[in-house]
Amino acid sequence: MAYDKFTVLKSSAVPLPIENVDTDQIIPARFLKATKREGFGDNLFRDWRYNNDESPKQDFILNNPLYSGKILVAGTNFGSGSSREHAAWAIYDYGFRCVVSSFFADIFKGNALNIGILPVQVSPAFLEKIFKAIEADPKTELEVSLPDQTITILAKGDRESFKINGYKKHNMLNGFDDIDYLQAMKNDIASFAAEKEI
Amino acid sequence: MSNQPSTLFDKVWDSHVVRKIEDGPDVFFIDRHFIHEVTSPVAFLGLESRGIKVMSPEHTFATADHNTPTINQHLPVKDPLSANQLKALEQNSAKYGISHWGLGNPKNGIVHVVGPENGITLPGMTIVCGDSHTSTHGAFGAIAFGIGTSEVEMVLSSQCIMQPKPLKMRINVNGTLGKAVTPKDVALYIISKLTTAGATGYFVEYAGDVFEKMSMEGRMTVCNMSIEMGARGGMVAPDETTFAYINGRDQAPKGEAWDKALAYWKTLKTDEDAVFDMEYNFDASDIEPMITYGTNPGMGIGISKLIPKAADLKGGATTYEKSLKYMGFSEEDKMIGKKVDYVFIGSCTNGRIEDFRAFASIIKGRKKADHVTAWVVPGSHIVEQQIKEEGILDILTEAGFTLRQPGCSACLAMNDDKIPAGKYAVSTSNRNFEGRQGPGSRTLLASPLMAAAAAVTGFVTDPRELM
Repeated sequence: MAYDKFTVLKSSAVPLPIENVDTDQIIPARFLKATKREGFGDNLFRDWRYNNDESPKQDFILNNPLYSGKILVAGTNFGSGSSREHAAWAIYDYGFRCVVSSFFADIFKGNALNIGILPVQVSPAFLEKIFKAIEADPKTELEVSLPDQTITILAKGDRESFKINGYKKHNMLNGFDDIDYLQAMKNDIASFAAEKEI
Repeated sequence: MSNQPSTLFDKVWDSHVVRKIEDGPDVFFIDRHFIHEVTSPVAFLGLESRGIKVMSPEHTFATADHNTPTINQHLPVKDPLSANQLKALEQNSAKYGISHWGLGNPKNGIVHVVGPENGITLPGMTIVCGDSHTSTHGAFGAIAFGIGTSEVEMVLSSQCIMQPKPLKMRINVNGTLGKAVTPKDVALYIISKLTTAGATGYFVEYAGDVFEKMSMEGRMTVCNMSIEMGARGGMVAPDETTFAYINGRDQAPKGEAWDKALAYWKTLKTDEDAVFDMEYNFDASDIEPMITYGTNPGMGIGISKLIPKAADLKGGATTYEKSLKYMGFSEEDKMIGKKVDYVFIGSCTNGRIEDFRAFASIIKGRKKADHVTAWVVPGSHIVEQQIKEEGILDILTEAGFTLRQPGCSACLAMNDDKIPAGKYAVSTSNRNFEGRQGPGSRTLLASPLMAAAAAVTGFVTDPRELM
């Protein structure tokens, strides 16, 4: 499924200074039963966000009207555990387009890139700066520039570069996905398969 | 081919690269693709909307496992959403000519149990599935790892995914394992040392005499847990143990094809001078029966140890305290003697015959503790059959346990097998995340021996005391 292009994103951010956020927290398994990619945002961080009686947990950040935006800023090792792409779908469907952390689990990072969420890995020190800036002012804006591969805390001008491989960057800038690429080289794949005689 | 010494991982990886993209991932060819009901429906929708067919249905295998009930499988599935996913898997498989082992099929079971036991998983292959525990198949010297649904769609449509080549790590464990120290304990020990992010970005080879002496079931347990330290997968070089396990299985090569395959499989080992990006060495005699006390699989300790203090750990004190609070434990608590409400034996980690033999060895001649609810769930119908044939079912029945039907069950609690909020479960599965086994559930990961000891005493108990 092609997705929206990503170039420069300027937005306030939602801070989640918890480490090792696993994909079972992002979306618990019992909400993986759909056969279509719809409505997963409603259950994003379900058990941290709602009580058993469905009432919102007031102390959870997504229920705090002070914080909003298209950028989620999370503690280190974000997205560990299950390979469920539903975790990335839930984050996207809720309205985030970018996740910032000092470390990402592999599969989550791949899933995010495949659906058009930009995972931005920053240094632990810069992550701390972002958390502090948002703590001081919940409306703090961040600017994530994919062409420049930089993230900036706008009010202070603090900036750091991030890495992304050239192929994925090109895809995200243009909203292309891997399936288009693979379809275009189907003949090469078929001859490779024939030689391998699997 | 260059004469540079290379690793087992390099040999398998490099022989599957269709194209190297400059400053990008490799176009990586996939030999075997397993699919299940939860992570495949949206991929099939994607194919439909693009008007693409499945490229290689004969190398795609469907089994229903994640949301299936573990009792009364002959009846219609009650939960309409689960039933709908199962129906979608069946219909998509039929539409594209994919073999489908649905509920009631004698081959049905957990994807990572049925692949190996039917001889679909073979050395030197590349294997993927929309499930992170696909790493299990690495036990055969295959490169096997979990993928997301977009990648499931890629493999269905082109038998390839786009994957940057991971770094290489070797973990050596040498020496002799102590009494009641099982492959699960080896895995939990390694993860407790490396943490849940310690191998992120790497692909692991397990080496050393502990793995050489280990059964295929044990190697599968260890490789299964590779993802819990962040590694995409783990593998063990194939040897006589591997070949003996595969020989004669349903879909394994036969006759001349077997001889040819065997000659190739014997080349699949790391050259002596090959270099890894990271290497760890552990001594088998340092490993005790393990149990977890927190909310990630890296939070494990030897059964005789105390829960560590936040101050003694690197970083993350707030997250650590949140975790202990969720579990209802305190720093420097003993794990021995903690009350247990539920015991779960099963899953792709510990749902094979060897695991039920171990479980039975402790419960034999004892009774299940009255206050414990136990779910005994085989990994497949073939395992279920073995349990019956070997007399393990009689041991279970006499001790007050009932045998359920195969599936992922309480490992991720997508079906009705949910641990209630606040209750403690000793579980042979792979994840102790908050709510993993049901909202509010508290999971203690352990081996089948530890699970059996908890089931008969009703408390966390050192299994060595019952052997």
